Amino acid sequence: MNPDTKQELDDILSQHEIERGELIPILQAAQERFGYLPEEVIAKIAKFLQLPPSAVYGVSTFYAQFKFTPTGKKMIKVCRGTACHVRGASRILQELEKELGIKPGETTEDLEYSLETIACFGSCALAPVIVVDKTVYGRMTPKKVGQILAGNE
Amino acid sequence: MIVTFDEMRARSISEWEALEKSDKPSIFIGAATCGRAAGAMAVLEAISSALAHHHIEASITQVGCLGLCYAEPLVDIIKPGCPRIHYGNLTPELATQLIEDYLVKDNPRPDLALGTTGDGTVADIPKLFELPVLKSQMRIALRNCGLIDPENINHYIARDGYSGLVKALGMTPEAVIEEVKKSGLRGRGGAGFPTGMKWGFSRRSPSTVKYLICNADEGDPGAFMDRSLLEGDPHAVLEGILIGAYAIGATDGYIYIRAEYPLAIDRLRVALRQITDYELLGDNILGSNFSFHIKIKEGAGAFVCGEETAMMASIEGKRGMPRSRPPFPANSGLWGKPTNINNVETWANVSAILQRSAEWYASYGTEKSKGTKTFALAGKINRTGLIEVPMGISLREIIYGIGGGIPDGKRLKAIQTGGPSGGCLPESMLELPVDYESLTQAGSIMGSGGMIVLDEDNCIVDTARYFLSFTQAESCGKCVPCRLGTKQMLSILEDITNGKGELEDLDLLLKLAESVKAGSLCALGGTTPNPILTTIRYFRDEYEEHITKKRCRAVICTELTNFYILPDKCQGCLICLRSCPTGAISGDKRMVHVIDQSKCIKCGACLDVCPPRFNAIVKVSGEKIETPAEPVPVMTSKPSGKATTNE
Ligand SMILES: Cc1cc2nc3c(=O)[nH]c(=O)nc-3n(C[C@H](O)[C@H](O)[C@H](O)COP(=O)(O)O)c2cc1C
Ligand code: FES
Repeated sequence: MNPDTKQELDDILSQHEIERGELIPILQAAQERFGYLPEEVIAKIAKFLQLPPSAVYGVSTFYAQFKFTPTGKKMIKVCRGTACHVRGASRILQELEKELGIKPGETTEDLEYSLETIACFGSCALAPVIVVDKTVYGRMTPKKVGQILAGNE
Repeated sequence: MIVTFDEMRARSISEWEALEKSDKPSIFIGAATCGRAAGAMAVLEAISSALAHHHIEASITQVGCLGLCYAEPLVDIIKPGCPRIHYGNLTPELATQLIEDYLVKDNPRPDLALGTTGDGTVADIPKLFELPVLKSQMRIALRNCGLIDPENINHYIARDGYSGLVKALGMTPEAVIEEVKKSGLRGRGGAGFPTGMKWGFSRRSPSTVKYLICNADEGDPGAFMDRSLLEGDPHAVLEGILIGAYAIGATDGYIYIRAEYPLAIDRLRVALRQITDYELLGDNILGSNFSFHIKIKEGAGAFVCGEETAMMASIEGKRGMPRSRPPFPANSGLWGKPTNINNVETWANVSAILQRSAEWYASYGTEKSKGTKTFALAGKINRTGLIEVPMGISLREIIYGIGGGIPDGKRLKAIQTGGPSGGCLPESMLELPVDYESLTQAGSIMGSGGMIVLDEDNCIVDTARYFLSFTQAESCGKCVPCRLGTKQMLSILEDITNGKGELEDLDLLLKLAESVKAGSLCALGGTTPNPILTTIRYFRDEYEEHITKKRCRAVICTELTNFYILPDKCQGCLICLRSCPTGAISGDKRMVHVIDQSKCIKCGACLDVCPPRFNAIVKVSGEKIETPAEPVPVMTSKPSGKATTNE
């Protein structure tokens, strides 16, 4: 593990107690920091909580939030919730797949963009909705996809 | 204690009155997630610079969601001596103009206004709560949303906040439980279990350590009631939690909230800090011997964690899988201790009940479903938004009265309630009263409050398939009926939408649905068949049409649709030809273009780009349109060329 990663992970761990209930919050903090959960990070978290790494993997693979490969600089999430579905979310997703050349769950080769689908952002009244990093874009159309990507270059 | 509650309250009321009756204008802007997505922050900036430009001193307060999501971004202005005017659909330009017109030139711009609240009237602007969208609503859980600053506890206290907790602390825990029982309140998380009775079980469970959980996972993909409530009035929920903790004797509490709601999480953190400072949370609350602590747990993206036993496993740091009950959480929950879990909205009702009274609350609603229910109204409806209505109101009043009907003159097809656990009700059930029993009897459920309207352009089989694909992916895999049953039901539905269905499939689907319903470990599997059962019950003809006629009347199911270029309309402009990703379109300049159906992937790119003045491309299902086999010269320019190949 490179010294920076080690230092950052130690900082995260120092804010948590050695309790099983802290596992998910630690994984969340580590992912927030590193963008995904590298193997060495998982091993160290397991050691800290005195759990076998298999148990940590078991938990982290159960939850959709956790990723095990690096993600792009910008994360684009497309809502596939009911309200967005009935208002044409699949068209928006298609357009993004076409523009970025990747499928949900994938990252562009230049590590610029990752694409994901999400169950609902709770902004259903503005369906269809996409979220780029932390910005919510409502009332999306396939046309707006290009504009948002262009504005984000 | 630093100050008494009465002192706190007096101070809060004067702060609130200073804002409402200030000698300077007060401006409020809806800055919840939905307002922000609609551009509220840009409007806020425009207002700030307009105020600076005109050298106007005014206060700006960010408030939560008033529920009028269709009219976001929303801005309210109180001018000294005038009622609060609510404006909707503002853009930065309109907002800049509004500041000049109203605050400089004294023109209240009735054309931009939605309505007024508070004392007094303004010419040509109606009262907000007399508009059709609000007239039949009754706001109890949402009483403060969109009206107060959710990050200012004094606003909440000024509007009776925490008086319910003070009242409860003066009663015995048993009396508090009795009061909640008397109110008739039932859980708003979906199942509708009587809240007071549930508290009684936890109260009687002997243990020195007891836990309480607030379920803010809001997993229904199409619902946002709990988010709006937490963003707009977090203290209403926290006060309810404190009252519940006192009543059952809980020592520690958790708020389990989905990570997709960052703003709600922030607002909760702010609110928790404030009540800690005000000694409403922590040891010896308000000088009593009641002590309580709250932690926030962020969900990690698993729908099943909204189920109570799965949620407890998740809080314990495990895979979020449900377990069988008994033992019930009231006896053995989190870490084996008695645990009481309620939904966000349930908690917000509890604080209202203790602030007013059980009788007052029970005066709303029907005999078995008391009080009000919030709904997230979305889909094909004119006025999308967050609403709160007395139980027993008809679906018609919600869809047509409050929601303003279906956009673009389309026909209503179905109303979906209860999300993936609920069902689709047809137009013929519009008179159905919205209460727990009636909805269940109709095959749907009340659910947590998602209400999605489908119109004629939505396919009912596709909707059932959509929900099944959701629950199939979210099934935790622990029990066989749910794990395998959802998979099989989904593949049958996929066959039907892909034109490979057979009539016997419908009976097989029904049989499978009944077994999954009966045999699953938790309510995820137990309710997953509902979307299938209700759609077959009410829309069987649409299923049969997919199977026998290979036709999707909404033209949604891709495999059953075709794109055609109409030879008498095509002008041979090459635009669609260039947009086709698979080279399925052949043609030349001034030659009628033709789609090779075997190469077409049905992406619709051609339809999007065909110039509206030609309007030459159609998307159809179950019918074949005759077109030339090869490109032919454009026909329309010369009247004599009217002869078409399909003659
Ligand atoms: C699959 C599944 C998902 C659920 N999701 C939620 C949810 O998101 N929010 C919620 O409050 N209750 C949810 N519930 C219901 C909870 O298990 C529980 O009944 C509820 O939180 C109890 O609170 P209440 O009595 O106040 O309704 C879910 C249940 C199941 C089976
Ligand atoms: S369904 Fe897309 S935000 Fe809720």
